[in-house]
Amino acid sequence: MHKRFNVPTIASSEITPESVYLDRRSFMRAGAGAALAVSGMKAVAGKGTGGASLDYREARKSDDAFFTDEDLTPAQDVSSYCNFYEFGTGKTDPASYAHEMSVDPWSIEVIGEVGKPGKLHLEDVMSGFDLEERIYRLRCVEAWSMVVPWVGFPLSQLLARFEPTSKAKYVEFRTLHDPGQMRGTRSFTSIIDWPYREGLRMDEAMNPLTLMAVGLYGKTLPNQNGAPVRLVVPWKYGFKSIKSIVQVRLTETRPATSWETLAPREYGFYANVNPQVDHPRWSQKQERRLPSTVFRPNRIPTQPFNGYGEQVAGLYSGMDLKKHF
Amino acid sequence: MNPVIRGTVFFLCLLPFAYLVFALVSGAAGPDPAEFIMHVTGEWGARCLLLSLLISPLRKWTGWGALLKLRRMLGLYAFFYACVHLASFAHFYVGWTLSIVVEELLERPYITLGFAGWFLMLPLALTSNRSMQRRLGKNWQRLHRLVYLVAVFAFCHILWQVRSDIGEALLYLTLFGWMLIWRYIRYRKSV
Repeated sequence: MHKRFNVPTIASSEITPESVYLDRRSFMRAGAGAALAVSGMKAVAGKGTGGASLDYREARKSDDAFFTDEDLTPAQDVSSYCNFYEFGTGKTDPASYAHEMSVDPWSIEVIGEVGKPGKLHLEDVMSGFDLEERIYRLRCVEAWSMVVPWVGFPLSQLLARFEPTSKAKYVEFRTLHDPGQMRGTRSFTSIIDWPYREGLRMDEAMNPLTLMAVGLYGKTLPNQNGAPVRLVVPWKYGFKSIKSIVQVRLTETRPATSWETLAPREYGFYANVNPQVDHPRWSQKQERRLPSTVFRPNRIPTQPFNGYGEQVAGLYSGMDLKKHF
Repeated sequence: MNPVIRGTVFFLCLLPFAYLVFALVSGAAGPDPAEFIMHVTGEWGARCLLLSLLISPLRKWTGWGALLKLRRMLGLYAFFYACVHLASFAHFYVGWTLSIVVEELLERPYITLGFAGWFLMLPLALTSNRSMQRRLGKNWQRLHRLVYLVAVFAFCHILWQVRSDIGEALLYLTLFGWMLIWRYIRYRKSV
């Protein structure tokens, strides 16, 4: 059966880092247990662009937010319609060019405010955590959305292994930046300052919904979907769910993230899905649930926190979400 | 002008639309046809508009006077793609709901600009035939100078929605700017 999680009731930015610190030991135990439990698991990581089978616990119909029975967006659509600007700004560029990136060998460096800074190799990622399926809605800031069955493990388990210190209040993530493998970053007219950077507040990072995904539809991630390992934060706009992560840095101060740096009026640090706060250039009140067709555009109303309010609204109690968008 | 050349240009300009229809029918347009249609029609509308504006300098350069006969076709194609662009916006983004249209037009300046560009093309398209040209006489040319405003609106509309790579918008603006300078120099010489 699914493990249920408790909805945080009095979470706020002030007290959370401390509570995270106090919870450290239980996370450590959980992490160590997971590492032992999965020693028999076989996970195959391909050089190229996903599709290798994974062993994982399937998502089951349940009341918690780890599952939804909405229609899944077909795998073909999920892997052909992407935003991954390192490979170009067109929607089909990532599917065309992401194979130029090599995802094995791969490692994630975990540094900053942690007791045990270090590196996590891809093999450790694939075999060191209990993989489970999560069926999440994904809402892009561009007003389209998908329903995707991810395979991964909670980010909290990864962070716990490196023992965040009491100063760890934020988590910064970085995507691989290698112009040789990523043609989008070679564009002279691109105004993004690579590498792509994203961040979460510590309590957001430790929330059970926050997932490190290594697969979708039961197979390893295609490169264009962020192979070999990416973040999935279902209550935030898609750009927060950073792809192809090579570095995780815990910090005391709020990290500067790529889109926020580029256009602070348009993309906030929090970027929680919010139909009440429009993007300056387009409305966020509705979304096109993909696949959409000419005869059935499939426009549906956008939900606050992308429908995960029950699980995460408490993280922002007392905050003016129109200001902290 | 040689009808074969005119026919060829006509079919070349129609190709993006044919591709659009083919992609939508075959499924190659992908899971989000809204984005696909907006992109293709916006891009080709802008390109036809730019080409129509470049006809005069090209004619001077090449000394090929018959080029002028292509200008109306290019202008009408620009209008055609702008119409499909607008219709697709109304269909996918506002669901033909008037209240949302008004809100979008008032609150989002780049949409206001794009719409204004389309609106200003309307009288140009309606007066593009020979009989209107004759009837309006000198005023025809005055009216059709609106195309410069249309171009400013259209290219700003493009630049405004760039998210991170300004390459294409920059190319259009450079060519347009160059065309304006060329015209200005010619105007100075003629005075």
